[in-house]
Amino acid sequence: MSWIGKIRRVGRIVEPADEAPEATAAPPTGVTGSLQLRHVDCGSCNGCELEISGAFSSVYDAERFGARVVASPRHADGLLATGVVTRNMQQPLFNTLNSIPEPRVVIAVGDCAINGGAFAKGYGVVGSVADVIPVDVEVPGCPPTPQQIITALRTVTGR
Amino acid sequence: MSSTTGLSVLSVVATALQVLAVLAGAPLVVGGMRQVRARLEGRAGGGIGQPWRDLRKQMRKQQITPQGTTVVFGLAPAVVAGSTLLIAAIVPLIALGSPLDPAADLFGVVGLLFLGTVALTLAGLDTGTAFGGMGSSREITIAALVEPTILLAVFALSVPGHSANLAAIVSATANHPGQLVSPGSLLAFVALAIVVTAEAGRLPVDNPSTHLELTMIHEAMVLEYAGPKLALVEWASGMRLTVMLALVANLFLPWGIAGAQPSVLAVPIGLVAITVKVAALAGVLATCEVFLAKLRYFRIPELLAGSFLLALLAVTASYFFATPTN
Amino acid sequence: MTTALDDSPTAPVLDEDLRTARRARGQAILSGGLTAALGVVGTALGLSAIFGEPRHLRIGWLLPLVGVIFDLGPLGGFFVAATGAVSIAVGIYAVGYAQREHWARFPLVMLPLFVAAMLLVPAAGSVTTFLLAWELMAAASLVLVLSEHNREAVRSAGAFYAVMTQLGFAAILLALVVLSAAGGDAFATIAAHTGGISSGTRTAVFLLTLMGFGSKAGLLPLHAWLPRAHPEAPSPVSALMSAAMVNMGIYGFIRIDLQILGPGPHWWGLTLMIFGSVSAVFGVLQASVSTDLKRLLAYSTTENMGLITLALGTATLLSSYGAQQVAAMAMTAALLLILSHAAFKTLGFLAAGSVLAATGLRDLDKLGGLARRMPGTTVMFGIAALGASGLPLGAGFVGEWLLLQSLIHSPHGDNTLLALMMPLSVGAVALTTGLGIAAMVKAFGVGFLARPRSAAAEAAREAPASMLTGMTLAAAACAVFAVAPVLFGPVLKQVLAALPTVGGDAAGPALGGFLRLPGIAGSMAPGLIAVALVIAVLLALGLGRWGARHRPDAVVVPLWACGADSLSSKMQYTATSFAEPLQRVFDNVLQPETDVEVTHFAESQYLVEKVTYKTLLADPVEQRLYAPVVRAVTSWAQWVRRAHPGSVHLYLAYGALGLLIVLVIAR
Repeated sequence: MSWIGKIRRVGRIVEPADEAPEATAAPPTGVTGSLQLRHVDCGSCNGCELEISGAFSSVYDAERFGARVVASPRHADGLLATGVVTRNMQQPLFNTLNSIPEPRVVIAVGDCAINGGAFAKGYGVVGSVADVIPVDVEVPGCPPTPQQIITALRTVTGR
Repeated sequence: MSSTTGLSVLSVVATALQVLAVLAGAPLVVGGMRQVRARLEGRAGGGIGQPWRDLRKQMRKQQITPQGTTVVFGLAPAVVAGSTLLIAAIVPLIALGSPLDPAADLFGVVGLLFLGTVALTLAGLDTGTAFGGMGSSREITIAALVEPTILLAVFALSVPGHSANLAAIVSATANHPGQLVSPGSLLAFVALAIVVTAEAGRLPVDNPSTHLELTMIHEAMVLEYAGPKLALVEWASGMRLTVMLALVANLFLPWGIAGAQPSVLAVPIGLVAITVKVAALAGVLATCEVFLAKLRYFRIPELLAGSFLLALLAVTASYFFATPTN
Repeated sequence: MTTALDDSPTAPVLDEDLRTARRARGQAILSGGLTAALGVVGTALGLSAIFGEPRHLRIGWLLPLVGVIFDLGPLGGFFVAATGAVSIAVGIYAVGYAQREHWARFPLVMLPLFVAAMLLVPAAGSVTTFLLAWELMAAASLVLVLSEHNREAVRSAGAFYAVMTQLGFAAILLALVVLSAAGGDAFATIAAHTGGISSGTRTAVFLLTLMGFGSKAGLLPLHAWLPRAHPEAPSPVSALMSAAMVNMGIYGFIRIDLQILGPGPHWWGLTLMIFGSVSAVFGVLQASVSTDLKRLLAYSTTENMGLITLALGTATLLSSYGAQQVAAMAMTAALLLILSHAAFKTLGFLAAGSVLAATGLRDLDKLGGLARRMPGTTVMFGIAALGASGLPLGAGFVGEWLLLQSLIHSPHGDNTLLALMMPLSVGAVALTTGLGIAAMVKAFGVGFLARPRSAAAEAAREAPASMLTGMTLAAAACAVFAVAPVLFGPVLKQVLAALPTVGGDAAGPALGGFLRLPGIAGSMAPGLIAVALVIAVLLALGLGRWGARHRPDAVVVPLWACGADSLSSKMQYTATSFAEPLQRVFDNVLQPETDVEVTHFAESQYLVEKVTYKTLLADPVEQRLYAPVVRAVTSWAQWVRRAHPGSVHLYLAYGALGLLIVLVIAR
């Protein structure tokens, strides 16, 4: 029951929202403010994953702009890919993308996903995500901050 | 028995209105519960309208048929949604005299609820994936163990009014509010609260927002659904929660409900009353969820056994402590 | 198929095959047709006995001293009609099944004889006729169970069944002999003298008939023959045994204890309720963890017989407390449950037989994917499973609803016994329904949906037309019970009137388009619910079309395998895994034996080559109750053997001693 006191003391901790950015990709299906994402770690160092989980946490709260991470690609309309594509993860990446129903977007988060980043010349690496599947939105950075990730998501959700 | 044979136009209108209200209000209830959780966690949340946006979006997505599934997989969302709509038409939410009221009593409503559960369970098995089977197995175990509690709670509720017909129970409570604080009623309320938690898949029985498949019960059955079918399934889940909350609200707090032959003014009053009651109950449920962790799956039968005992005590208490009604 | 170098050696062989096939078909049609014809006769006779005058027939020369008396009233007619209806469906089905399974001549001959014997039992009008017909029925069923006697499992099941049937018969024999000593031979004579039978005799008869008839009906603790014999019998025979023969136990009970012996003390109803609810819960629990399709259905029979006995017990108990109206409701529930159980159990076993004929498998863990390969059988089993689960739109829903209504409306006043028994019974019925849903979902979902788990299941093909026709008849009956039980209203009213001691003079529930409960606020309309549900589902389908014009084209895609390339059929949930949570919750009752064996590689103890998991779910009543009794009897028999040394002089002395004792007593 001390939690009730804690809730009242801490209050609202979410950062105030920035101005809405220009939409660079239309929301899939045309409905603004709703984007379910399926995250695939193709071979990252988990730095981007930490920033993504920060983006969906209480402090940055990406959910208020309509974005949500879901467990099954069938429930999703966007693929959130991080890291370089390693040889073992190439086919699973295709399978995940093909399991997402149309219309769908692909969002590459982090320098590794965009152009290979620090691991571009690795022996187990096939290429960046952009080399393997068509990417609609890119979020550069190593790792990108949660604010940058949210801004990129907002360009898709339109909210 | 309080129902009359003459069906007034207004009671038909009230029934249609309550079905539409459940249809339109279910995503709002889900959104409201998510908002309460978000605010208590210090977040901003997606807003009450977020589930509606998600629904509209899913309706416009591609229709997918996984290989190896049969018509059971394809029809299950419609069966769950249809059975829930039928329940919404039967139970007295806005007015007492639904045209379908003599056709089904509380036992019939419980049976229809289980029909929806069975449809979704078979769909989970039909996918032929390991997670679908796992979700189905867990869901049916919980459903089997919750049924004694539900029927005993129905028994406890039917003792004061001498009937299991919903209109009779609600009007008996409305006419004799004193029995609400009887031990039988209070115990039945607690038992039904646990039942609603288990049937609707809320914490501590099931976490509706989990991403870990091995902790899923309801979500695991619908992992294979996409687009319009997923929208129907999610909508039906929201409607089941809404209808169960509304039923509990009207069974224990029946004031504001319109009578069997409602007047023109009584219908909107009934609508407002049920909206307020459901919103309040949903808020209380969401607040309780913030303080609860999900039970380990093998602890759930212990919880359900406890609720069964409460329901049994409710019946015996209502036998020995009931205030006599006419 | 044969590659002969010249025509002549093969041509006679092919002709021979054709002739054999034609002869087999002729024999199957004869046998099945005769069975169905007997069924029609039975149904007509039963209905005429229900609605017309009771029929009497005495054949004095058939049995020495007492002759054979047939006395068919509404109660007997009810059971004759039910048996007849089941036989029609089974007979038509057997035409195709016997050909598919290449039945020998003997089972083909015994099938109609079995049906005839079953039709005689409810028609019997005296103690001797009853016992004669009962033994005929038991013997015929035993022969049919042993149809495939070259299999070891069938032989052991047959032996088990034979012993338990004869033990039950011994109990019934003793009970009826005691009754007959007190009241006479013909049932009518006993009923007329029922006032003069002492309460000690009544108690003895009640307990012995409970044992004997309860064993035949599959009630605990003498039920163990059911899950052994019914799976091993051929499927048409299983259907007859489960849907018609077990009813004879219930019939015997109603006839002897409720109709002839008349109103009994309170503890009679209480005993029935306790045995009924325990059988129901145990039976359905075993069904929910069983992986053998026919064993699941057999345990479901125990469950339903338990529910029927619970309804009978409620009616008896309430009637003994004077609540005639509610007792009439409970009795109607019992009768309706008997009929609906006959319908959906027949359908279930016939569909299981179709699966067995097509795949050779009864094991749910190896079935699956039959929906695409055997669509007709899948629909049939779906209807049977829906009926067995007691959900709305299922055949068993109205009966269970009536039972629940009678339990919740029983007057409790200041009677602690009733105040405690009724909620516990409602809890038992509810648990039974819940576990029944789990069992049927498992049977249908694992056995028929998704993908086949073995090559045999993959090679399944649909049943022939005669088998499908038989199943359709049973399915039509299930549909009538589900949406229009009003059609059976007149039948139930007539039978109820013939049972004056259990609320018969009170009006039963009015089975109209709306079921109304007289004097009680309660009503239900199953047909209306069905129509409304169909409309609601269509509405939901229409709702699903919202936004359709924005959608891209629909596709068929592979399953989501969490990123892997494909899912093998072995990765699906099996029946064992489906029931594992339930098994875990109830493991004190079920007492499963599990064995895990880990084999390591020869080269390294740290690497595992193979893990074998074995689980055995035997019947705990058999292990805990029968085994010690059998051991005790065996050791006692060993001790008595000392008196049988083999000397003829000693045996002659025994005979003389026995004669002397009899002479002294008879003095």
